[in-house]
Amino acid sequence: MSSKQKAVNADLAREFGLSAEEYDRVLAIMGRTPSFTELGVFSVMWSEHCSYKSSRKWLRTLPTTAPWVIHGPGENAGVVDIGQGLAAIFKMESHNHPSFIEPYQGAATGVGGILRDVFTMGARPVANLNALRFGAPETPRTRQIVDGVVRGVGGYGNCVGVPTVGGEVNFHLAYDGNPLVNAMTVGVARQDKIFLSAAAGIGNPVVYVGSKTGRDGIHGATMSSAEFDENALAKRPTVQVGDPFVEKLLIEACLELMATDAIVAIQDMGAAGLTSSSVEMAGKGGVGIDLDLDAVPQREPGMTAYEMMLSESQERMLIVIKPERTEVARAIFEKWELDFAVIGHLTETGNIVVRHKGQIEADIPLDPLAEQAPIYDRPIAPLPAPEPVGDIHDPIGLEQTLVRLIGSPDLASRAWIWNQYDSTVGGQTVRRPGGADAAIVKVEDTSIGLALTTDCTPRYCHANPRKGGAQAVAEAWRNITATGAKPLAVTDNLNFGNPEKPEIMAQFVGAIEGIGDACRALDFPIVSGNVSLYNETRNPDGTKSAILPTPAIGGLGVFDDVTKNVGLGMPENGTLILVGETKGHLGQSIWLREILGRETGDAPDVDLVAERRNGDFVRARIASGEVKACHDVSDGGILVAVAEMVMGTGHGCTLDTPQSGMRPEAFWFGEDQARYLVAVEGDGKDFLSAAEKAGVPARFAAEIGGDALVLPSGARLSAARLTTAHGAFFPDLMDR
Amino acid sequence: MKTGIVVFPGTNRERDMAIALKAVTGHAPKILWHRDTELPDLDLVVLPGGFSYGDYLRCGAMAAHSPIMRAIRAFAEKGGHILGVCNGFQILTETGLLPGALLRNAGLRFLSQDCHLRVENAETPFTRRWKKGDVFRTPLAHGDGNYVADAETLKTLQSENRVAFRYVAPNGTVDAADRDSNPNGSLDAIAGILSANSRICGMMPHPEDLVDPLMGGEDGKPLFDSLVEALVR
Repeated sequence: MSSKQKAVNADLAREFGLSAEEYDRVLAIMGRTPSFTELGVFSVMWSEHCSYKSSRKWLRTLPTTAPWVIHGPGENAGVVDIGQGLAAIFKMESHNHPSFIEPYQGAATGVGGILRDVFTMGARPVANLNALRFGAPETPRTRQIVDGVVRGVGGYGNCVGVPTVGGEVNFHLAYDGNPLVNAMTVGVARQDKIFLSAAAGIGNPVVYVGSKTGRDGIHGATMSSAEFDENALAKRPTVQVGDPFVEKLLIEACLELMATDAIVAIQDMGAAGLTSSSVEMAGKGGVGIDLDLDAVPQREPGMTAYEMMLSESQERMLIVIKPERTEVARAIFEKWELDFAVIGHLTETGNIVVRHKGQIEADIPLDPLAEQAPIYDRPIAPLPAPEPVGDIHDPIGLEQTLVRLIGSPDLASRAWIWNQYDSTVGGQTVRRPGGADAAIVKVEDTSIGLALTTDCTPRYCHANPRKGGAQAVAEAWRNITATGAKPLAVTDNLNFGNPEKPEIMAQFVGAIEGIGDACRALDFPIVSGNVSLYNETRNPDGTKSAILPTPAIGGLGVFDDVTKNVGLGMPENGTLILVGETKGHLGQSIWLREILGRETGDAPDVDLVAERRNGDFVRARIASGEVKACHDVSDGGILVAVAEMVMGTGHGCTLDTPQSGMRPEAFWFGEDQARYLVAVEGDGKDFLSAAEKAGVPARFAAEIGGDALVLPSGARLSAARLTTAHGAFFPDLMDR
Repeated sequence: MKTGIVVFPGTNRERDMAIALKAVTGHAPKILWHRDTELPDLDLVVLPGGFSYGDYLRCGAMAAHSPIMRAIRAFAEKGGHILGVCNGFQILTETGLLPGALLRNAGLRFLSQDCHLRVENAETPFTRRWKKGDVFRTPLAHGDGNYVADAETLKTLQSENRVAFRYVAPNGTVDAADRDSNPNGSLDAIAGILSANSRICGMMPHPEDLVDPLMGGEDGKPLFDSLVEALVR
């Protein structure tokens, strides 16, 4: 079973994913040929997944601070002040490669991993979200992947009892051989009870808790740092297997331990398992660490040091504990029927020393392992200019177009998915999926609410990475704003192809620049994140396909008083107002793709000044109580957004005839940014005059009433008809 | 009303239940551990939702054999009141305190959605604040909620008026074959049942998650108000 123990040389290093140059660096650090286990440690620590060697230079350019940021990137998750002495702790992380190979376990362990990143800092997880990208619906394997991923996300999240409250899904041919599964967890902790990972206290015991170590997931981090080839599915043994029941016990046991005064430092064993957790904890603390692998709880006999150090078995944590509290801690984990073992202690050597069966299997200086980790400034090629939009005409008319768009893969109802995720467990879910532009979860025993969303429009990012990166941030900010919450901070999950290709690197850099622009303009800093590169598949004919650049943005906003939130469902009566300027941008629109079958044109402009001005105005009006519902205008444009509001409650409206001078399809389906539909009581005149005073473009859009969406032509689309057209896609695809 | 909520390894809706009970009683329920062998002085024991023992073997099967269940059985024999919701209902059937069993949902997928329930017997400690025939909305969230029982048991439940709730369309009509109104495919659209003495109630949906207008409504609250009315000494 094990690949032990080939001779250590440059060939083996290459097999482990290290370049010749990187291997030379290993030799220089060690001053000798490393052992098999040592080479394993170097290869995972220096993998793209763990070292961020291609992305680090650019990640440093992102804004990460604000007065409300308590911990930015560098900890297990980002931490922000949400008031009343509390902090929200959150992060998004990818599990793309495993989810292609084994969709259920890949997705499930993605959820498990991100949960651990959050509760390891002392937070009780209160919400899960996700961002999923699948191949074309027509591709046969897509159904199987959708089925497995959705079951996996639900299977894990439902069992641990953390509500899955939001997410997004896109379908595109470019994800056929490489779906994206990005999972986000949000937790809440007291600000004075936040736990970090830097080890301290020479001699302090290092404790292993959770599940036993098995042979699963060995070299998972390395697998996630390479492109797939035609034999990708043979890599199933590198995929971990999750047990959400153990995770639930681990959450409760860790939170119980955290309520005592026993922990010096704590970190989950995620990618690269025992290796990365021990190396990072000791490295951050500037201490050495001695591990005795004989003490590691093992699932099967005969495991080698290499296998134990690289196993990615799930549901495990490493804790540096105050020695006098060891027995208190042991009792807690025994109560929860989890393994608890002292497997080492901190030293002053500055090295990680791994002992097994009386032998020293590894002895590596930690400083150079971290400081001399490779970092690359990869070449960038100029990006091609976006293709011209081409001829625009409307072949089927407004009514037919709307019905077709709301039933199309990227706009159809996601209820088939949501209904497999427990969204109410915990009893704090104020707005469930589909109820508002962002999910809203109350913080138990307080007036505080959190508004949560995940957003990215990959087709924009492909046409124009910089605009696309900015748009993803702007849309997340807008979705939070549309509920009435104050946007606070962002976690990003940057999914791209092979960074060794200059055009992919250019996409990456462009997207980062756009994200940075928007985060700065909107005071919406990045506090945590994850980079997933090499999302490509080698086709049987030898060509390679990269995914669309997909920098998924997870946004978090806060309400001091969560009762002041609004949803997106149309009220019974009143006036619908369109906020923001409509220019009729059809490049890269859903309309263009679904109706004319083209993915051409540039992404829409993202005017961050207008974005901020319009959003701040809308949020203030929501706070004043005059807004009954609000929905941002994004994919599919104004008419799709109105239809979504109508379907939200079944209440209709009669649309105004636009005097815009532009083509109707451009007005109704264009995807200009910085726009909202706002439902207010009465005739809306107060709202319009306030907007004028604030310099915010706003216009009357519809009179609210009835149970149908009435087009300017007089054509009536009943809410029931819209709902039927909206609801068919997923059941037709998945339950046929 | 003195209440206690049992926590097994893997229980995950004990907090929701505690919030609902606190809202009607004014004080926090006692949290009982699965290894406890005795119960404190209680008017109501609640077995909440979750995945006790990870649903391994069969939902509720392992929890049914945990130490506290012996004490709960004795509590039941003395006429104690027990509410089992979701996994709690599964545990009650596995223990034999309620008849029948809960199978995989008919569609073989986990379901998390609102459903409508009709009150079939309003003369119980769990339902007295409703009228017979009242319809209320409540969330459900389970993978194994498809109620089954043999023909004789079903006949007994029907003739003894021991069906507490049925899944119905919003207008109150029952159609057991209709997946929209009876989402998990339960026999006779049964969502909740009672013991012979009406003091034990098991149900799959989660009225405890709909007791606050901020969370979307108070449709589930009459169940808890009923218990207070019946059990406050």
